[in-house]
Amino acid sequence: MTRILRTLLLALTLAWAGGALAIDTERAFDDPALQARYDNITRELRCLVCQNETIADSNATLARDLRREVREMIASGQTDDQIRDFMIARYGDFVLYRPRMTRMNFLLWAAPVLLLAFGAFAVVRVVRRRAAEAALEPEGPEGGQS
Amino acid sequence: MWKFIIPFGLFVVLAAFLYVGLQRDPSYIPSPLIGKPAPEFSLPSLQDAAYPVSSADLKGRSWVFNVWGTWCGGCRQEHQVLVAIAKQNVVPLIGLDWKDDSAAAQQWLRELGNPYAAVASDAEGRVAIDWGVYGAPETFLIGPDGTVLYKHIAPMTMEVWAKEFLPRIEAAKSGKGGQT
Amino acid sequence: MIVELGLFALIVATLLASAQAWFGIAGPAFGNRRWMAAAKPAVAGQWVFVVISFGALCWAFYHNDFSVLYVAGNSNSALPKFYRITAVWGAHEGSLLLWALALATWSVAVGVFSRNLPESYAARVLGVLGVVSVGFQLFILLTSNPFERLLPAAVDGRDLNPLLQDPALAFHPPMLYTGYVGMAVPFAFAVAALLEGRLDEAWARWVRPWVTIAWMLLTVGIALGSWWAYYELGWGGWWFWDPVENASFMPWLVATALIHSLAVTEKRGLFKSWTLLLAIIAFSLSLLGTFLVRSGVLVSVHAFASDPSRGLFILGFLGVCIGGSLALFAWRGPALRTKGGFSVVSRESFLLFNNLLLLVAAALILIGTLYPLFLDAMNLGKISVGPPYFDTVFMVPMLPLLLLLGVGMHASWKKAKLEDMKRPLVMLFVAALVFGIVVPVVAYGSLHFMTSVGLTAGTWVIVSALYEPVQRLRRRQSLSRGVVGMTLAHIGVGLFAIGVTVTQSYKIEKDVALRPGQSVTMKGYDFTFKSSHEVPGPNYQAIESEIVVSRNGREVATLHPQKRVYRVQRSPMTEAGIEVDWNRDLFVAMGEDLGDGSWSMRVQYKPMVRFIWLGALVMALGGFIAITDRRYRPRREAASEAVAAGGRAPAR
Repeated sequence: MTRILRTLLLALTLAWAGGALAIDTERAFDDPALQARYDNITRELRCLVCQNETIADSNATLARDLRREVREMIASGQTDDQIRDFMIARYGDFVLYRPRMTRMNFLLWAAPVLLLAFGAFAVVRVVRRRAAEAALEPEGPEGGQS
Repeated sequence: MWKFIIPFGLFVVLAAFLYVGLQRDPSYIPSPLIGKPAPEFSLPSLQDAAYPVSSADLKGRSWVFNVWGTWCGGCRQEHQVLVAIAKQNVVPLIGLDWKDDSAAAQQWLRELGNPYAAVASDAEGRVAIDWGVYGAPETFLIGPDGTVLYKHIAPMTMEVWAKEFLPRIEAAKSGKGGQT
Repeated sequence: MIVELGLFALIVATLLASAQAWFGIAGPAFGNRRWMAAAKPAVAGQWVFVVISFGALCWAFYHNDFSVLYVAGNSNSALPKFYRITAVWGAHEGSLLLWALALATWSVAVGVFSRNLPESYAARVLGVLGVVSVGFQLFILLTSNPFERLLPAAVDGRDLNPLLQDPALAFHPPMLYTGYVGMAVPFAFAVAALLEGRLDEAWARWVRPWVTIAWMLLTVGIALGSWWAYYELGWGGWWFWDPVENASFMPWLVATALIHSLAVTEKRGLFKSWTLLLAIIAFSLSLLGTFLVRSGVLVSVHAFASDPSRGLFILGFLGVCIGGSLALFAWRGPALRTKGGFSVVSRESFLLFNNLLLLVAAALILIGTLYPLFLDAMNLGKISVGPPYFDTVFMVPMLPLLLLLGVGMHASWKKAKLEDMKRPLVMLFVAALVFGIVVPVVAYGSLHFMTSVGLTAGTWVIVSALYEPVQRLRRRQSLSRGVVGMTLAHIGVGLFAIGVTVTQSYKIEKDVALRPGQSVTMKGYDFTFKSSHEVPGPNYQAIESEIVVSRNGREVATLHPQKRVYRVQRSPMTEAGIEVDWNRDLFVAMGEDLGDGSWSMRVQYKPMVRFIWLGALVMALGGFIAITDRRYRPRREAASEAVAAGGRAPAR
């Protein structure tokens, strides 16, 4: 009882530590697959108090409480999606470090392909034009790589 | 020719966004509960652990839910405002003592005054999580049908009470009246 | 008194910078040669007074003058002397003064080394630098004055943020700022060329050394920051895609593209307007980074205390510098069209794709960093974009870049005859592929697709880069410094890729609770927690643990991680115990006292993590060697190139 109280008080005093490492003192899952899921999920959830950290790394009381929630949900058999939905229902999309694929975030996730495609199109156009110019130029002493 | 103006154009758009962004608070988290049913809870009361405080008991009228703790500086700051609000006797004020030491909390209420009709003791923080609480003090307004109408983060002030809470309480009352 | 002298010196510096801006821009505009010549003494004067101002702030810190608000907020009488000086740039106001000092130093360097530039052009470059300097100095004077007094004086200061009380603070910000700010020089060269309305043949050769030096410093600055975060913060992470980190990485990517684009402009006079645009974008990203860090629009662990009025000022400054230069580009850019062709398979082509991929990478980082702001500004809700997004998305342009790099290095200008290279390249690629598959299995016991891809790509770049230099050496041919530098820089990229791939794929992290005498095993290493005891520090109280690391019964090392509480700010801090070897780090960080002598600890095995920073250092070294190439040294006799350039002596 005193141990719990002590840990609680310690946790409370460290709640505004900010920047200090948080280490999970709970026992790891016996099943490594479950532990891996726990590690992955907690590393993708944002701590709402120390907003620059994941709940895996944050020392804040809320982060501990949320880790406990994740742990209990995994233990009770909930899927990763269900756990994420739980968090989003309470804190909004802000809590996810990996943005969901929604209509709003479409541009975000499509950006790599769109930018590459558009850019490649532009580059190919330039190369074609310059290659046509080169074909018209007299062959001179070129080459070298410096 | 025209493509040379694209970088300038993009910059203007960016600058416009940055200008608007300057007026926002990036760390403020809007509540996804607004407009949704308030999360149910049943917790032991602070004064007497045997006596429960339940959300079920509060249906039928608007009520205010205030999350606080003795460890929270802002809560101390807003406490007198809450006492004043409670004196107005508009709606009941229900407190959520978040991850706190019960003895210290009771002492606090004795010393500073008790604006709450009831205080629920959330030692484990589960109810706070259900309500999406991330930084005390936070104050919610719940309508008669159990819908969350508004959430205020940061110490409560009379200005916020007058501007945001009272109008919504009125609207909820007249809305209710209109339905019958 | 000294403090007021510092403020006065800054005011004088601002006046001189204004003179520099006026003479530099109006001189050539009105054809006034005396004005043009006055820009140089103005910049020299500006530098002297900025140094005096900075020196005054250092003096105030060194002598614990707590009647200065900034000193009181960031220092303490118990702070060791070394940290008192580095604390000067520990927060917003002081770091801005460091910015101003860096900019003044770059400006005066340009003034000194611009003898070979045409006088109107040199004046314009200094003029543009003057405009930027004035903007910064006014920002400091009007919104962020480090010399503001605190009356009555504080009895003692609030201490430097414990996270910053580390030797790395002496190096990381100065190097980073010097690199970051150094992008102002190619920016000034570009804007001056636009003002002039033409781009000389020699322009690329003038600009290239400046860009490379700034790039080099930025590379080292970023690497230092990453290394520091790794050992200081206790998580064992080395990059967080934090907005401020992104703010320094984006200019780096664009500067890399700029260096490559300049190669084409220097060799063949092509891509002139594109290179100009890149020079403008690189510094614009530096300025944007400054805005993001100091305006409070984004949540960041690095963000300085923000103030809306400061944000507005910087935004206005951005409008003038970036908006102005881009508008100038829109107006004058089209006139710089060049003629010249190259084949589809040619060095130029490969460099175009290099630029494309680097720019896409920078754009993706910008989009990811600002997307939450975009949505919030349009009232579409609040989201977070973090490492899961950036890690995934960054690979998309980077992997093709690595693959193309291995081929493009061997392409010659205008028309590459790669048929000769086909066989050796294929063999090198196969060798890299084999390495990428065999090594993970043999050394680490498991194989994943992305691990092999990363290892293959990194190895491919290294062996491909070494191929031709080795061939030349075997034929007893000489290697120019330019080639050596390029080879080293590319090898650095490969080392970096290998380090990242192996660390991310095979790192092991465990959070454990250990009693004295208990041990935990990881990858064959036994970590035994022997004992812990108190250790007093100059301004902190620490508890130090003794952890013995052994393997197969033989002791490998003893680690001494600490948990510190700094007396003034009362914040707990972790100092990790790290055992370093070329191919792996063993990392232990203390968590909390669990009572009865037990402690929670995070134990980590990080394979090849040092290669990450080694790669960056090798890249920077490559850059350094490249600029010592004879091309860039001042020459006394006019070469044939100078004749072609219209009789101007070749520039440095």
